Order: sequence, then C-alpha cells, then structure tokens
Amino acid sequence: MSAFLSIRNLSVALKGGPRLLRAVSLDVAVGEVRGLVGESGAGKSMIGKAVLGILPHSVEVVAGEIWLDGVDLLRLKPAERRRKVGATAALIPQDPLTALNPSRRIGRQITDRLVDILGWTRADAESRALELLGEVHIPDPARVMHSYPHELSGGMRQRVLIASAFAAEPRLIVADEPTTALDVTVQKQILRLIAQMQARHGTALLFVTHDLGVVSKVCSSLSVLYGGLVLEQTGVRDFFRAPQHPYSRALLAATPQYTDPMAGLNPVPESVIAAVTEEVAQADRGWRHG
Amino acid sequence: MLDARGMIKRRLGLRLWLSGGWLLLLALAAILAPWIAPHDPLMQDLFTSRLPPFWMDGAEPGYWLGTDSLGRDVLSRIMHGARVALIVALIAGTATALIGATLGLIAGYFRGWADLVISRMVDIWMAFPPVLFAILLIAVMGTGLTSVVVAIIVIDWTRFARVVRAEAMSQGAMDYVASAQVAGQRRLGTMLTEILPNVLPTIVALLTLEMGIAVIVEAILGFVNLSVSTDSPTWGGMIAEGRASVHRAWWVLVFPLITLFLTVLSFSQLGEGLKDRFDPVLR
Amino acid sequence: MADLYTVTDLHLSLPDMVHKPLLGSAPRIDILHGLNFTIASGEVLGIVGGSGSGKSTLGRVLVRLLEPTRGQVLFDGQDITHLDEAALRPLRRRFQMIFQDPMSSLNPRRTVAAIIAAPLKLQGFDDTSRRVDRALDHVGLPRAFRGRYPHELSGGQRQRVGIARAIAMEPEFILADEIVSGLDVSSQAQVLKLLDDLVRELGLTLAFISHDLSVIRRLCSQVMVLHQGRIVEHRPTQALFDAPQAAYTRELLDSIPLPDPDQPWAMLET
Repeated sequence: MSAFLSIRNLSVALKGGPRLLRAVSLDVAVGEVRGLVGESGAGKSMIGKAVLGILPHSVEVVAGEIWLDGVDLLRLKPAERRRKVGATAALIPQDPLTALNPSRRIGRQITDRLVDILGWTRADAESRALELLGEVHIPDPARVMHSYPHELSGGMRQRVLIASAFAAEPRLIVADEPTTALDVTVQKQILRLIAQMQARHGTALLFVTHDLGVVSKVCSSLSVLYGGLVLEQTGVRDFFRAPQHPYSRALLAATPQYTDPMAGLNPVPESVIAAVTEEVAQADRGWRHG
Repeated sequence: MLDARGMIKRRLGLRLWLSGGWLLLLALAAILAPWIAPHDPLMQDLFTSRLPPFWMDGAEPGYWLGTDSLGRDVLSRIMHGARVALIVALIAGTATALIGATLGLIAGYFRGWADLVISRMVDIWMAFPPVLFAILLIAVMGTGLTSVVVAIIVIDWTRFARVVRAEAMSQGAMDYVASAQVAGQRRLGTMLTEILPNVLPTIVALLTLEMGIAVIVEAILGFVNLSVSTDSPTWGGMIAEGRASVHRAWWVLVFPLITLFLTVLSFSQLGEGLKDRFDPVLR
Repeated sequence: MADLYTVTDLHLSLPDMVHKPLLGSAPRIDILHGLNFTIASGEVLGIVGGSGSGKSTLGRVLVRLLEPTRGQVLFDGQDITHLDEAALRPLRRRFQMIFQDPMSSLNPRRTVAAIIAAPLKLQGFDDTSRRVDRALDHVGLPRAFRGRYPHELSGGQRQRVGIARAIAMEPEFILADEIVSGLDVSSQAQVLKLLDDLVRELGLTLAFISHDLSVIRRLCSQVMVLHQGRIVEHRPTQALFDAPQAAYTRELLDSIPLPDPDQPWAMLET
C-alpha cells in the first residue's frame, strides 16, 4: 500500500514569526482514514489547510514537501497547484452554517465546481448532484436542489457538504472537525455517513478532530499533535490499547466515558504539559527562520 | 521577539504620530494666527499681486507661499482659514457625535418603541438629499458660522445613530450583558457601563471622520459662498478664488487644496489609530 | 432536604421574528411545554438535551433572565415567576449564572478584577477587593491575574474567571450553561473537577446544562432529559445510566462515541 498523500518535514510559520507546524511528516494511503488529533493550537487544522493550499494570508510554508498523487504540490506554480488539488482533493468543512453561500440554491453550489473546474456539462453535473444527494440519504433530493441553505437543518446542510465533497470523485478528502457543530445524535448519523461514503468510494481521508471518541469510530490510524509537533503516529487499535507518548496517555485519560463514572475526565498533569512543551522547544533549537 | 502583530503595531503608531502631528501643527497655527501670521490676511496690495512662492523666480521675501490676485498673503490666509475650519470641525463634529450616538445607543440597546421611533426618523431623514438640505437650511437661517455648524449637525447625526445602533445591538446580544443583568444591574447602568465602553472606539473613529467631513462641508459651503462672511478667509473661499486665476497663479488654488487634503486625511487616519489604541483587545 | 426550586406547569413561548408578518404581531413558538420538577437544596442537577430541546431557555428562566408565559417558579418558597427587575434585584445575589462562551460573557474592556468586582459593587458588598482575591483563590487562579484582560487568558482560564464571578457573591444556586463545551478536553477536565470541589466546599446547589451525558455522569446527582420542550426522564444519575427508560435517553447514550474502537457502534449499516 503506497502513500497517496505524503507530507515530508512540513514547517509552516506565521510570516516573520514562530512556527505553527514543526517538521511534520505523515502519510495517508489510498483507502486509509487518518485522524489528526490534538487540542486547540496543536496545528491539526493547519495540516489540512496546507495540503489544500488554503492557508490564511498571515501564514506561509517555510520548509518541506507535500506529495499528492506523486507530485510535490509545493513545487507547482499556483495555477497548476489549484488545478491539481481541485481535481484530486476536497474539503468537508467544520461549520455547515457558513460553508454554504446563503443566497444561492443548493444545486448550483454543488454543480458549479464540477462545471467550472472539471468542465462537466450542466446536465451531467446536475444528475450527478441528484445521485449524490440520494446517496447521503437526503429525502426528496430534487426539492433540496432548489432549496436555499437556511431552509435546511444543520445535519442536512452537513449532508449537502458531504455530497458536494464527494461529487467530483476526489481521491483525498480533508474533513476538518465536520461534526463539532452538531448534536450527538446527528453526529452519529454524519460520522456513519462519512464512513460509508469513504468505504464505498475508497477515498483517502484526513480527519481532523479533537475528540478521541470520534477517532476510535471512524479512523484506521492517527497522528497526535501538540504545538505543531507530531508526538505519536500509530494504528487506531494499538493507540487505544497502549498509547506510547505520555501526552497521548494523558489526553486519553482526560476524555470522558459515560460507561464508568470514575473513568476519564482526569486533568492533564502539569508535568506532562511541561515535558511536551520542552519537547517542542527542543524541536525549535537550531531552527532559523528562512 | 519579532512577530506579525508587532509589525502592525508599529505601523499604526507611525500613522497616529503623522496625522496627530499635522493636526497639532494646524491647531497651533490657527490659535496663534493673529500673532505669528506674517501678514494681515485681508490686506490688499496690488503692487504685490500674484507673487510666486519662495522657491520661484520673482518671489518676495516674507511671502512664503506667494500672494493672490489682490496681493493678499496665501500663507496668512491659510492660517486664518484654519481657525474657521477647526472650529467647525470641533463643534460640529462633537455635537453630531453626542446627539447621534446617544440616540443610536438608546435605539440599539433598549429596542422596542424607542428603536421604532428613532429608526423611522433616521429613515425619513436619509431620504433628503444632504447638500440640498444644507443649502436650504442656510438659506433659511442666513450665512454665518452658527448656520454652518447647525447644518452639519442636522444632516449628519444619522450617520452616528445608524452605526452606533447596529453596534449596540450586537453588543447587547453578548452574554456579558446578560451577566450584568444576573448581577442585578439596572438597564441604564448596563448601557453606560457595559455597552458604551465597547461602542466607544467606534464612536471615536466616527467622530474624527466626522470632523474631516465637517471640514469638507465647510469648504464646499465656502466655495459656493454660503459659509461665514466673505471678509474672514476660509479654505473653500480661497479655492473658489484660486480657481479663477489658476493659469496665472496656480499656488493660490493648490496650497489651500493641499492643506484641506492633508487635514481631512489626518482626521480619518487619527480615528483609525485612536480606535486601535482605545481597544484593549487589539492593544 | 428542602426544595430550593419548585417549578410547576412551566410554559414559555417566544415571538417568531422570522415569520413575523409585515403588520401585526409575530406568531409565537412554544419552547417549553408544561414542566414540573423540584431542585433540592444541595443537589447537582444535570439538564441534558439536543439543540432545540429548550434546556438553555429553561436555565434562563431559573435565573429569571426570561419570564415564563404560564406556570409558576418558586425560589426558596418565594414566587419569582413574574417579579420585575427591581423586585428581583435583592434576590440576584442568591442565584448566579456561569455562561457557555467565556469570551462573550466577559466584557473585553474590563480587567479580571473589575469583572469579578462589578456584581459585588452592585449588590453593595463593601469588602470587594478581599472577595475578589478569595474568589480567585477558590478557582485556582493566581492573584496576579487581577490586572489582565480576558483576551490575554486561555479558554480554561477565562471560564475560571466566569466561575469566580459567580461564586464571589456566595450564592445558594448556580446555573452553569454548557460551560465546558467550548473547551479542550484537558481544560474541560480541570474545570469540571473545580466545579465538583466548589459544590462540596461551598454547599452549592447547581444546575448543570450540557449536551454531553458523559460529563453529566461525573458531576451530577440527578439528571433531567429534555426533548422538544418536554421532560422525558428525570431520575437519579446512577439509575438513569444503569437502565435508561425513555427511548430518547437511550438514543442519546447510544450516540456518544466512547474512546474505544471495540464499542459496537453500527458504523457501516444503513
């Protein structure tokens, strides 16, 4: 199994400032679901954004390579890169409320990408969109095609975004905390749907989340991040059986578990934070801003 | 450590210093004009008419920026004109802010019928074309400094009312307002202690912008001869006169124009700079 | 144990501005449909439900930020259902609230000390400075934080300031509205442990609103499950988790992803 996405020593920094990602290396194979786990500020979303080329303006890639489907994205010209990413990868965003344009109909928002970037005919794109809306279990897809975002519930909107992400048969999908804004009952449906779609289409999936419970349900492997540094990369079963890094162990111990009133919810000890902060400082030693 | 925020901060500082510096210089020139202006701004002398500024051939020492077609010193006239401009900016700007912001705050925070009345009034007000409105007002009240100030207040309070109302509404929805209520704070107290400080940076930015606008409005009214009486110099009046002789004496037009431009620009930049200074979130 | 709150047939409806006709008044949406329950003194009640269940609305009724349309709310025997602001003011120090989003519930232009002191001054306490220090000690924040602004603090620290503000008045009842949902798991664990300690130390009565049953299990002695403005289950925590009665409670429990890859979760069935 070869890596479809391979990130090598990727460093991303605030322009003229400190690093946000510190020499991150990770691989995602075809059909693999890799979880990117960490707390806020760990840089987990930044990795997905760097791959898709949607980093904020204040941030730049300072070193490393991003190989997608055999091509180093960072060596491409901006226009070539957009074309390559547009044809190969897609995003399922976090907030279904702001990710859809409120003043345009759902159908148009799904088909535009197919027509404009991939050059499909409008009719082909529309029948594809209908098919996908059915596939994500949206009742009455034809009506939803003509609806505006505000006429749908949060869960429905997230289904639309998933359909939209899979529309162009991408081979890599970045899901950036796709269920954080949803109720648990809806979250379960959406996670199940993402897992089904991923399995059916054989897509490689980079799944950004802060919730280890979610990781254990959808991911096959995971990378634990802290301060832009990858602390541990392993298979999901190995991780939950025996996390290697002390920070991973502490994170798992802090995750709530309703089945056992005494398990979980243990604060991460100060000593662990101090040790992992030192590890981050260690990584910065000898690093100069290019 | 050098980071992006630091760089932004320093740039903002420079902006604040440059605009503040120019306005301070102008204020000093205006206040001290009777004593430091090189000449009487009204004294005509046809023997010294259309003297060029100091670096050109034929310039006379003492007439730094040259003279107009009646031989009046341009620099002295700009300095005296600054008095009118700054008085209008200060009085009209502050009064407009006070009236507009108060109404906006009440409408945005208390909502209900107060909002209904104020918002309708703003809507109706904004339906009048502003320049026509100003000219009409002055035609009724007669020319003079008071008329100019009143015209600006009457026209522009809606700008404050609208912006402050929207801002107060969004602040009013924040949980710290609910929190003040849980603590037993009175409505009026909440408005003054919780909402007002958060709206203040916006009011300050708008206020300086309004001062710039007041300077322009005064210049426009001066240009069409509706500002203060013709015997005290105004920038607008100078520009109007300079226009007539622009081919023979461009400096009569250009220097007041530059002054006007720098002043209005400084006011708006000062507002932006102050807004950032006022804001602990950005500081 | 006496009942601190007695709620009878509580109804609440709000005007629906989205469907307001151009003329005339807006139609009303019913949020709460006749709730009956009591909160005993010293109890820690978990209120759980999905979005639109009415849990936050119910919370805001308890601290009287909202006025019920019908029914009755008794606080310590006193009818507070329709009291106006002036009449509520002396009661305010007895029930306090901690908000979901510490960023929006702390005035960004005030220092930590000023934020905690403001309600104390309003209620006429004279030793505010000492009380601010004591509240900071209670929530485990260094006194040096007095002069800081909210944006200079981390999420967990901000939420501690929110807690300090609520306990500084030594209230009998605190409403905590989703106070850990915006926090990282590590700070979430810290804040919950802190709340647990404070309840015991200060003898508080607490209503803890959350969408997350795992958090509730750790902290609460009673759980009330709300669904579409109705109470579907209200029982002691242990009993509810051991044998959930209502279908909706079971659905909620089944939906929680445990950090365990072997938990049967029916991921791939349709």
